[in-house]
Amino acid sequence: MSGCCNGGKKENSKCCGGDPSPVLDANTPIDTARRWFLKSAAAFTTLTLAPGVTLMAFAGASPADAKAGRGPVTSAQRWGLLIDVAKCAEDCSACVSACAKEHGVAATGHPRTDAQWIRKVTVKGEKGGAPRSLPVMCQHCASPPCVDVCPTGASFKRADGIVLVDKHICIGCRYCVMACPYGARSFVHEPLTDQVEHAPRGKGTVESCTLCVHRVDTGRQPACVEACAATGRGAMIFGDLNDPSSEISKRIAQFPTRQIRADLGLDLGVRYQNL
Amino acid sequence: MQRVIYQELKSERGFWLALGVIALVTLTGLGAALFMEHSGHIVTGMDNRIVWGMPHVFAIFLIVAASGALNVASVGSVFGREAYKPLARFSTLLAMALLIGGLAVLVLDLGRPERLVVAMTNYNFKSIFTWNIFLYSGFVAVAAAYLFVMMARGTTWLTKPVGLVAFVWRLLLTTGTGSIFGWLVAREAYNAAVMAPLFIALSLALGTAAFILATAGLFALEGRAFQSGLVIRLGRLMGVFVAAVLYFTAVQHLTNLYAAQRLAVASFLLWSGGIFPLLFWIVQVALGALIPLALVFLASSRTAALLAAGLVLLGGFAQLYVIIIGGQAFPLMLFPGYEVSKTFLDGSVASYSPSLPEVLLGLGGVAISLGIVLAGARIFRILPDRIIDEPSDRPKSAPAAVARAMPNVPAAAAR
Repeated sequence: MSGCCNGGKKENSKCCGGDPSPVLDANTPIDTARRWFLKSAAAFTTLTLAPGVTLMAFAGASPADAKAGRGPVTSAQRWGLLIDVAKCAEDCSACVSACAKEHGVAATGHPRTDAQWIRKVTVKGEKGGAPRSLPVMCQHCASPPCVDVCPTGASFKRADGIVLVDKHICIGCRYCVMACPYGARSFVHEPLTDQVEHAPRGKGTVESCTLCVHRVDTGRQPACVEACAATGRGAMIFGDLNDPSSEISKRIAQFPTRQIRADLGLDLGVRYQNL
Repeated sequence: MQRVIYQELKSERGFWLALGVIALVTLTGLGAALFMEHSGHIVTGMDNRIVWGMPHVFAIFLIVAASGALNVASVGSVFGREAYKPLARFSTLLAMALLIGGLAVLVLDLGRPERLVVAMTNYNFKSIFTWNIFLYSGFVAVAAAYLFVMMARGTTWLTKPVGLVAFVWRLLLTTGTGSIFGWLVAREAYNAAVMAPLFIALSLALGTAAFILATAGLFALEGRAFQSGLVIRLGRLMGVFVAAVLYFTAVQHLTNLYAAQRLAVASFLLWSGGIFPLLFWIVQVALGALIPLALVFLASSRTAALLAAGLVLLGGFAQLYVIIIGGQAFPLMLFPGYEVSKTFLDGSVASYSPSLPEVLLGLGGVAISLGIVLAGARIFRILPDRIIDEPSDRPKSAPAAVARAMPNVPAAAAR
């Protein structure tokens, strides 16, 4: 017990308490198993944390990204669609096919559970009136009921007005499907394979039109708008509702437009002309 | 006031047989949930129109009944009615059990049930669902505390304040559950403030009915004396709640009938909607309300009260089916004032037939509740060894009836 309670040099904290614990000296064999365990634990911790820390360090947008318009989205833009119903033909479904192709949404043979990100609806006045055909999709509300009701925050609205579902935290409760006034949301009822890279989809989660966010973020038009211009009659315009000089804003300023269920006061990103 | 002796469940054969059946139904329900989770909801009757199906009817039925099952404890400790106090412990246990069973169904029906931890760590506080996560788990905690202060030594003085918290909590809980529907602005059949009080009234009726049947069942299983006076009184109390449910239901439908824009949905639910008006008028109103009211207020017997309780549960289940499924079957009105071409998502009434796994999952939830009740009453001293009528409840020939009901009980204890 050399050195115990001697000159303040405590080699073993239990020593002065009368506990006859052995004290290390030159002859004590080294506990290699303990050393190995500590080393392994340290290595494991480093290997576990390092990728995350590295990712976080690199994930933040650089000033160069921000300049190139690739930075975090801001509320400077409010992306929206204007659909001229007069130009939308009843027998045309170019937008629907283009959307399905773009996002890898295929028919499963079960129409009642198939995802419908965009659909064609025909309406006419109750006492006659000309029928109108129009596409209906997520209306990208400024006050989206789906975002309000989502318990985990999986349903969310980006600063630029695009309403999305974070598939990683969607628990599949379907309350957003109940809350959406437009029937715009679908629940994935079956296992999926071969999803496309830019449209993550999975069984047991809810999905809807993303306004082709992957295209918008790289300065392109949504697939439905492109298809409508190419094979339809150019009934759809995509653009920034906040920018008075954008074509969509000019058209909205020039012609009367409507929002579906405007009475709900949700301030929609999708507007209809000639409805 | 008689002295109350609480005893664990003692019976052997009856207990194990009941527990065995319950375990079997629970396992079948869990198997159904696993099957649904593995195959996806394609194996259910639900689709993109009816997104909440049979599991939600069962889950909300159990959750709503849970809140009302606490009623007997509240009447005893908050409102000071002595006759109900001996059953306060069991009332609390039943409330917790029903809530846990209902939550189990709700969670196992999720598209991604394994992500429950996500729901516990990511909150959107604007969502009534998030509030309900706290209201439901808080209810279990408050009920557990309530049970503790009732059972522990030296904490009797806390019974009233904790009971009051539990009483207020369950009113909030059912308000939250009703508002899941009441706050859905887009659905014609919902979006009504009356949903919250309607669900509170429904919870009181269903909870009292479940309590009557569960108590009578356990006393019968144990061969303990449970005299008719309290059963009949509970039946009448349930009758008052059933009348309240009828009242709020009438307000709900009259409001819809009065507003021209809601006439279509009112007529769908009350007249033209196929199975839904049938369930409403025959099961919910006639079997689930009018007949039980007649039974408890006119017949005034133990059998009548028990039968009425069973019918109230049946009627409440039908009511929730009509609210949940019927409300979704009616199409969304995207273009009021216009005719919409009839497609799957627009302008047409949705059809729904529940699949076997859904029903098995729901029954599994009921079994989980009953399993917790049985196990709880076996482990803890929850259930009184007898319920003897108070003098005010007793029929004229009471002493003879007591003697007949309990030949083994000495006259002094029966008092």
